[in-house]
Formats: sequence, C-alpha cells, structure tokens
Amino acid sequence: MLISPPVLALNAVALIVTFLMLLAAGFAVQVVRHWDIASGSELQLDMERRTYLISTLVAYCFAAELVSLLLFVYNAEQMSTQFVGAMCATGVLNVDPWGWPTLFLKIAVFFSGAAWLMLNHVDNQAYDYPLVRVKYALLLAIAPLVAVEAVVQLGYFLGMDPDVITSCCGALFTPEGGGVAAEVSALEPRTAMPALYASGLAGLGAGAFYWWRRRGGGAFAVLTVTAFLVALAAIVSSVALYVYEHPHHHCPFCILKSGHHFIGYWLYMPLFAATALALGVGLISRWHRVPSLKQVIEADGHRFTAVALALLGLFYIVATYAVLSSNLTMEGVWW
Amino acid sequence: MIHLEQVKKAFNQGRTNEFWAVRGITLELEANRATVLKGPSGSGKTTLLSMIGCLSRPTSGRITLEGRLLSNLPERFMTDVRRSTFGFIFQQFNLIKGLTVLENVMLPAYPLGPDHRALKQAALGLLKQFGLADRADYKAEWLSGGEAQRTAICRAMINQPRILIADEPTANLDTRLVREFMAMVRDLVDMGKTVLLTSHDPMVFDSPQVAAVLEMRDGLLAEA
Amino acid sequence: MSFVRKQKYLIDYTLSSLGRRPGKNLGLLLVYTLIVFMLASVMLFTHSLRTEAGLVLQESPEVILQRMVAGRHDLIPADYLDRIGRVRGVSEKYGRLWGYFYDPAVRANYTLMVPRDREIVPGGVVIGAGIARTRGLDEGDFLTFRSSAGEPVSFRVVGLLDHESELVSADLMLVNEATFREFFGIAEDYYTDIVLRVRNPREVRKVAEKLAVKLPDTRPILRDEILRTYDAIFGWRQGIVFVLLGGAILAFVIFAWDKASGLSAEERREIGILKAIGWETADVIRMKFWEGAIVSLAAFFLGYLLAYGHVFYLSAALFEPVLKGWAVLYPEFQPVPFVDGLQVATLFFFTVFPYTVATIVPIWQASITDPDTVMR
Repeated sequence: MLISPPVLALNAVALIVTFLMLLAAGFAVQVVRHWDIASGSELQLDMERRTYLISTLVAYCFAAELVSLLLFVYNAEQMSTQFVGAMCATGVLNVDPWGWPTLFLKIAVFFSGAAWLMLNHVDNQAYDYPLVRVKYALLLAIAPLVAVEAVVQLGYFLGMDPDVITSCCGALFTPEGGGVAAEVSALEPRTAMPALYASGLAGLGAGAFYWWRRRGGGAFAVLTVTAFLVALAAIVSSVALYVYEHPHHHCPFCILKSGHHFIGYWLYMPLFAATALALGVGLISRWHRVPSLKQVIEADGHRFTAVALALLGLFYIVATYAVLSSNLTMEGVWW
Repeated sequence: MIHLEQVKKAFNQGRTNEFWAVRGITLELEANRATVLKGPSGSGKTTLLSMIGCLSRPTSGRITLEGRLLSNLPERFMTDVRRSTFGFIFQQFNLIKGLTVLENVMLPAYPLGPDHRALKQAALGLLKQFGLADRADYKAEWLSGGEAQRTAICRAMINQPRILIADEPTANLDTRLVREFMAMVRDLVDMGKTVLLTSHDPMVFDSPQVAAVLEMRDGLLAEA
Repeated sequence: MSFVRKQKYLIDYTLSSLGRRPGKNLGLLLVYTLIVFMLASVMLFTHSLRTEAGLVLQESPEVILQRMVAGRHDLIPADYLDRIGRVRGVSEKYGRLWGYFYDPAVRANYTLMVPRDREIVPGGVVIGAGIARTRGLDEGDFLTFRSSAGEPVSFRVVGLLDHESELVSADLMLVNEATFREFFGIAEDYYTDIVLRVRNPREVRKVAEKLAVKLPDTRPILRDEILRTYDAIFGWRQGIVFVLLGGAILAFVIFAWDKASGLSAEERREIGILKAIGWETADVIRMKFWEGAIVSLAAFFLGYLLAYGHVFYLSAALFEPVLKGWAVLYPEFQPVPFVDGLQVATLFFFTVFPYTVATIVPIWQASITDPDTVMR
C-alpha cells in the first residue's frame, strides 16, 4: 500500500469514526428499547444524559466525514502523478475496482449524516423528544453504512498497485467506451441542458411551494434528488465541456483544478449542500402533525428550505455562467 | 402557584444502597409570599427544594407550575423554565472566583445570548438596587460575607424570575446581616416575588416576614 | 443573531476560564504545539523537496535511452542515433556523456558530465558547491585525479556552479567532451546514453515502445516514471515517519484525555455552579468545545508557524538525515516554501481530530454534572 500521510489520515479517521458510530449504535439499541420520557427513573435520566454524548459524537463524526470526503477527492487529484495513465482524480479512482464505490459511499454517508443531524436538531426542540425512537433507529441504519465505507476505503487503498496502468478521464468518460460513465458522457447537450433546467425548475418549484404552503416536503426532497442526479449527468456531459472549452473532455474532477478558477467547487458545493438540506426537509416534514413539533418544523423547515433554494439557485447560476462565458460555442453542432 | 402531588425522590435506585430522600410530599406553594421549609439535616428539604426549583426531576409524582406540568420535562426545557422562573441563592453563595461581581451577575443570562449593552445595564441596575454599585469590578473573592450574599441575590434576579429560592441563606451570617437579609426578603415580596427558604435558624422562621412554615422530617411533611 | 451572540458569550467565558488556570493549559498547549510542529515539519520539508525535484525534472528530457548488456547499463554506440531514425513525436535526440568518479581523498562520488549549453576549455572543470566546500577549492585551483589509464590528470577549476542549484549539482563536475573521453577512455563513437525530447506527453509511451522495438538491447526510462518514483518514495518516507510518530500522537491523545478528565475540585465546582444558575448541559458542552477549539487553533497555528520557520529558515535542521538520504556531500540548500490545502487538512486530521475525539467523553462527563450538586 502507498503509505502517504493523507492515505494514513483517511484510513485512521474512517476507523475512528466507525468505532464512534458503533458506540452510538450500541446506545441506540438501548434507547429504542427502554426510552420512556414520562418516567423519572434513574435509567431514564441516565439515558437522557447520554443522548447529549451521542448527539455530540455523531455531529463530530459527520464533520469528520465531510472533511474526509473533500480530502479523499483532493488526495486523488494529488496522487495522479503516481499512477501511469492518471492525469486527474478519475485515473486514481480507476486504479482498482473499489475506488468509485468508496466515493459513492462517502457521498451517501454525507447525505445520511446531514439528514440525521437535521432531524436531531428538530427533535431536540420539542419538549417531549417525540422522535427519539425514530432517530436512534435511523442511527442503527447509518452506523453500518459508515463501517462499510471504512472497509471499502481500506480495500481501495490496499488494492492500489502503482504498476498497473490505469485509464483516465479521457478513456472513461468517453461515449465510445462502455458503462455508466460512457452513457452519461454520450448524452447530447441538446438533451442534457434542457433536462438540467427542467429538473432544476421542478426542484425549485417544489421548494417554493413548500416554503409558501408548508406542504409537500417529501416531493421537494424527491424532486431535488432527481435534479441532483440530472445535474451530475449534465455536468459530465455538457457543462464540463464548456469549462474546459474542449468538446471531448468530460471529466467531473478536472473542473476543481486551479486552472479553471476552482469553478468546480462553486458548482459542487452548493449542489451538494442544497440536496442535503432538501433531503432533511423531506425527512422532517413527515412529522409535521406531531403537536410538540408543529411549530418547530414550520420554523426550521421554512429556514432550511429557503437556504436550500438559494444554494440550488446559485448552482444553476454558476452553471449557466460557465456555459455562457465559455469560448466554446458549438453553434450548429450541438444547437 | 406551585403544586406538588405525591412527589418522591430516590437515589441509587435498584442498588443495595437505594435511598428515598423524599417519600411522598403533597403541598401547595402560594404566590407572592415568603415560605420557609424547616427540618433537621437529612430530612430531605434540600432535595425537595431542588425539585421545586427544577434543578432535578422527581422519581415519581407530579409538580405543576400554575397548571403546567414540570416534572416530566427533559433537562433542556426544565432549564429553560428554571431560567425564566426561578432564581437561586445558595448556602455557600457559590460565586465564581476570578470573575468580577458584574460578570458573576451577568453569567446566568449568557446562554440566552441577549444584547450585551442591555444585559450590562440590567446588571448594573440590580447592583445599584442592592448597594453594590461601587463593587462592580471587584473580584468575587475579595468580597465580604454580606457583599457576597447580595451579589448572589443580584445574580439570582438577572433573568427576572418570579420565584426566589434560597437554601440556608443565613447559615454564614452574623445577626446584623441576618436581619438585613430578612429585610431584603420583605422587599422582594413587596416587589411581587415569591420566596422559598430553607433554614434551621429561628431568626428566619420566626420572623414576621415569613407567611408560612413547613416542617419536614424523614422525607415527609411533619404534621404542623 | 442571538446564536452568534451566545457563542460570543461562551467564548468570553472560555477565555477567562483558560486564563484562570494558566499552568494546566500552557502545559497542554506546549505538548500540542510540539506535535503539530513535528508533523508539519515533516510534511513541509518533504513536500518542498518533492516539488523542487519536480521542477528540476521538468527541464529534463522525456525519454532517456540506455543500452543494457547482460542486464547492466553499458555505453551506447553513437550510430544508434541513426538507427532510431525519424520517430513521430520526437523533436530532438542527442547523446549524453556522463559518469561517476570515486575520489579516495574524501571518499566521495562525483558525477562528471559534458554539458550541452556551455563551452569549457580543454583541461578545465566547473565544479559544484559541495565539491568546492569539501576540497576547499576555488577558481584557478587544480584538481588531480587518476584517469582510467592510471595516469594522474590535472583539471583546472574554471568556474563554480550556482549555489542555488546545489540540490542537484553539489557533486557535479563539468568538463568538455575531449577531456571527458580522454579521462575515462571512452571512444569517439560511444555515448553514455541517448536522450529524446517528446512534445506531447500522451505520445511518450508510444515512442518508448517504438524505441524498444527498433533497439532491443536498450531500455527507455521515462521522466514520468522518475517523477512517479520520487512521489512514491517521498510519500512513503513521510508515511514511515508519521507511523513512527504515531507513538507520540498516541501519547498526546492519552495526555489530552487525562487533562480533560482530570478536573480539579475547583473546576467541578464551577461547572456545578454554571448548571445551577441556568446553564444547560448543551451550553456547557459547547463552552468546553470552544475551549478545545481555542487551544487547538492556537497550537495548530503556532506549531505550523514554527515548523515553517524550522523548515524554510533553518533548513529543517532536525530532519535532514532521515529525509534526504545519505551521502558524504550534503548539499546546503534553502527549501522553497510550498503550502497546500491537502497538507493542512492531513495535518488537521493527525492532530486536531485525535485531540477532539480524546476529549469528547471527558467533556460530556463534566457537562452532565447534576445542577443540584452545589446544593448537596
């Protein structure tokens, strides 16, 4: 295995976070079985005290996982010089079959963690902790996800062989190849861009409706996740091309480089944050009928939705800017 | 105002050294008066006081404040209620050494994140009211007994509570200061506050300012 | 808004609380800073070396062709240049003359080379700063060595190599072609190796393949491979040092845990008071979090600055032997500062993260102090 500090850090952090989450899961089991807010028994008081620890632990774990996601991508970029054929993070992720799964799992952990923290935030403001069982049951589902991610990531790094020639974005994200990446790259801008804006409008519309009427939080979440997936496809198949000013460079990572003014961050960060918030809103709005939560969900749901809409809007603005300000015109070819 | 119904409190529940400090107390605390809880040490009066003041939860039984149930609130909300309803004065005063009088008085309001200038004004106002205006920048450890107690009272008042609770407030004071303290109790009642004290000092429970005396023994109210 | 104000109040309390116990907190700060300092020094130094090597190599040719005889590097005939002929993508090709010489006087290996970009008078030599230092030489002085024929040959020092390029030129000696061939006894029609320049990086492999076909007794060495090897070695070296420092980090973690859970009676009393006067468990946790954050930030900042100064102003005096490899002629050079986000994030994960994890449980245990403890 290539033992460089970032690799060591990523694995150590994943291990520690898994351990902490397993601790939290152990506690979660106890809560789901014995929690009784009306009781004043010492066990109950003890559990209530313990919830502070668990909330803090999970919040730290989530923060660590978030930084770890960024570190992972950044590290993949930097490691590209160590592998033949790799010129950016895509090449490094292709080095062995665990690379892309690690990335997807990390993203899944990010979204689950964000949604859980939002649920926790809302539940803590209700005077009878109505969602405790739900919360800790969800935690029992997230903990294994974190463990799997740690294992897959370790497998990925252990399986790295610098003697293997890997293929980079030019080979992976090309319509001629096979697989999902090729399918996505093969999308014509003529289809992808309208789809991008259509799904964006749907997401923004659902969000606006929720913001105005406090109904349809679930729809907002679903439509935003759809918009998220469409956006990723659109970035790979169209927006990236405009950023690189090259009709065949489909790489989703090269837009993060300084050569392109780090525009990738301006695209990905608002998109991911908005999707996380929308997911959270969708989750918490399910319980808007619970009396102790009604007001809290109204207030928080409102706020989160507003931020999500702003970030989503920002993403579309940046994407549009990238396309319009590019020197690539492709008049008559794509349009 | 505050109603207790069959309130019990146990420590070390389920273990061999299980101990019931309060064994079933039912009482009604009336507003805008000074009440004293008296009893020997070990009678459970401090435990009862802490439950009334939302510092701890009863093991069983109900406590309601003007009809609102307090006893099953989780800590977060209990603290919230306590902050806005109760002010505490402890036997040892419990000021934080190293902080000034002013900082000590403002401390309970910190978690509420109020406007700094308004908070400072309120604190200075209280200090002036209790004759401590010139001690505002003194470190807490330089104060005399009486000054420390008055600082403790100001601190208890910073969040404008309706009910003041004092645990053995006169235990460390000389006669003159005790009389001064009881005069302050009268002023507080006149201001519209409700005061609850524990004490073994006859100067306190025999004082004319006290409207009711409740006696406790072995975790229960003794028949008065 | 009140959230921000609340944090300001909490930070205010934290700062005054830290100030009230300077001894304990300074001790922690010192150890913390030391850990950050060590790790940051290693990272900064290695990163700078690696980047430096990368920059230097940028000028080097894309393909180096060496002739192999029985698996060992041998001289390459000049007519191979013709045999290569025209290969698409190759913009330039030429032969190089260079070799090693062992100087028994100082027990050091020198690299002798014939440069393409400067003329040197016959019998003259331009030497690197390392050689100049070790043998106390300056322009006009003479160096005498035994040639391959066994005869003493004198070289007159006609120039010194730039001090700034020491990392690669400390042990370098430049002579002209005739002098070189005579000294080493290499015939006119041989070179040490052949180098080729290829403009398009994607074509380098293809060119190497073609060369291997045309000249089966040669091996092409790609510049990218060298860079890759450097990266791997430097990354590996760093990794090893980090693993070794793992013991130190563990000790630090235990120390942090101990400090966080070893609250004095006075500290416990303070938290009890805070709880009693209206602070909630979450408020106390957040206040203690700020404590950790302030100490971490201070230690991180201080440790990093000290490491920066250590590496870039003191040339990483403490680490040279491990990280530079071993040789008789140590180049003296000033590493060029390079800082990047990946480094800082990794450092953060090796220092602040373990500290935070170590203190979570002790902080929680302190924060759940029952509000009525001050009454008992």
